[in-house]
Amino acid sequence: MKIIVCVKEVAVVGDEIEIDGIDIDRDYVDLAINEWDATAVEQAVAMREAAGSGEVVVVTVGDEGAEDTMRRALAMGGDRGIRLEALEGDHADPVGVAARIAGVIRAEQADFVLVGTQSADAAHGATGAALAGHLGWPCAAVVREMDAPTGGRAIVGRELDGGVIARTDIALPAVLTIQTGLNQPRYATLRQIKQAADKEIRTEVAAESSQHARITAMRVPVSVGGATMLGDDPAAVASRIAQLIEEAR
Amino acid sequence: MSGTLVIVDHRDGRITDHSHEVLAAAVTHGSGDIDAIIVSSDTSLASQITTPGVARVIAVKVSETEPGSCTIRGAVHRVIELRNPSLVFAPFSPNLMASAPAIAAANGLGFASDVIAFASDGDTISATRSYYGGKVEADLEFPGRACTLLMLRGGVWAAAGDGAPVQVEEIAFDDDPDVRHIEYREAESTGVDITTADVLLSVGRGVGDQDAIERFESIAERLGVTLSVSRPLVDAGWISSDRQVGQSGKTVAPKLYIALGISGAVQHLAGMKGSQQIIAVNTDGNAPIFSVADLGSTCDMHDLADELEKLIG
Repeated sequence: MKIIVCVKEVAVVGDEIEIDGIDIDRDYVDLAINEWDATAVEQAVAMREAAGSGEVVVVTVGDEGAEDTMRRALAMGGDRGIRLEALEGDHADPVGVAARIAGVIRAEQADFVLVGTQSADAAHGATGAALAGHLGWPCAAVVREMDAPTGGRAIVGRELDGGVIARTDIALPAVLTIQTGLNQPRYATLRQIKQAADKEIRTEVAAESSQHARITAMRVPVSVGGATMLGDDPAAVASRIAQLIEEAR
Repeated sequence: MSGTLVIVDHRDGRITDHSHEVLAAAVTHGSGDIDAIIVSSDTSLASQITTPGVARVIAVKVSETEPGSCTIRGAVHRVIELRNPSLVFAPFSPNLMASAPAIAAANGLGFASDVIAFASDGDTISATRSYYGGKVEADLEFPGRACTLLMLRGGVWAAAGDGAPVQVEEIAFDDDPDVRHIEYREAESTGVDITTADVLLSVGRGVGDQDAIERFESIAERLGVTLSVSRPLVDAGWISSDRQVGQSGKTVAPKLYIALGISGAVQHLAGMKGSQQIIAVNTDGNAPIFSVADLGSTCDMHDLADELEKLIG
């Protein structure tokens, strides 16, 4: 079984933000593996372990620094990595990013492509399904349950509004977008982290693809209404909460 | 090239509320004829569309009542080729997340998802969406694209009142067997009903670990209120999903919602912004939860727990 899993290094912003042009100034962000993608990596590695053989190939689109995040996926059990160089404008354009990933997947041939349902920073919720569209493959989105595949098909549970699960039968090869909660991503051991440093990461520079969207402006939203702040004395906040509870009863 | 197409989402014989909102948005913002497309064996679903201003419903008749994503993808692809629209709208719903981006890829459309505002100035379309968990928003354009597909966030546009029945045009289409619906299964229940509580004490990722949830559950019990949670705590397997507030959990509207250590992801806000009064406690003063709260504090939720325990005695 060959599984390709796509991971993204995401930007986590704190309570201080500085916008520089059409993105947040990188000095104000921390970088981390996208939580949904960590869940996808766990699923891919667990599927290879259950099958007893196979390969998990980790694909990312990012700059050289994103290899840190890729090494984390390799430490969790990925066999090798492919990094596609990021292009300016990727942040706006999941369909364009997916077109470049599709090129890699056509060359690799796989049974499954697992992609996080969304990224924590851009939250397009679209890269996986767009990838399926470029490849002409079937897609199931927001997968929260998965049975072992048999006979060239798999049964998955898609999470819909209200937590309803839609049990869905899908032909392989397929793209699945993975929802958090499908599993608990493993922590890599120190030994696995050391081993991951020696795993192969191939870098590809894709030809410039045509954009499906571009950002023209970014700003901090004008808050409408918003909370009246009570200060940060926990004793005062506690008594206010107790009073509000009394009034609401 | 003109005209607007709206992909309509349905489940169990019912057009979703979110789809009615998108239809109303399309009538307000779209250009040319506004056509709705429904893909199902049940063409009577078309009668549920009564948004004034919708020109016609294209009922794509397939053999499955609940079509798989490949059937939806293929059917919409066909209709886009037939109609040549300049705009396609769809709800940003979990169900259509498998097909709408694939349609944009296969048809070479401009694309944006989770769109919260939209403007059109002649040939130039501009859409607004959030980034970084709602901390910033960005305007997008789609240069060089003759047609653009926009997936709209729920709860932003209001559905329009009932108008006259809309003309229906039926098209036959063969199902794609690659993705097939089996069944729906309702969310698990342990007997707790957070939707009927007057006061919810809701805890999020800031709680830290499973033991701390038990502490807040005990505080809630002694205050005589109900404990609810945000998604990460359910994902971690720390508590059952019937306590979860949000898009994939329960929608609640208590008299008082006390949000502790919850940042306020859009999916969470969708499930609680109808609460009568909201007080939010989060150490990140820029957390989006404060945009919907009436009262807020940046004190630490664990320090607050110490003080609440003192009050309860």
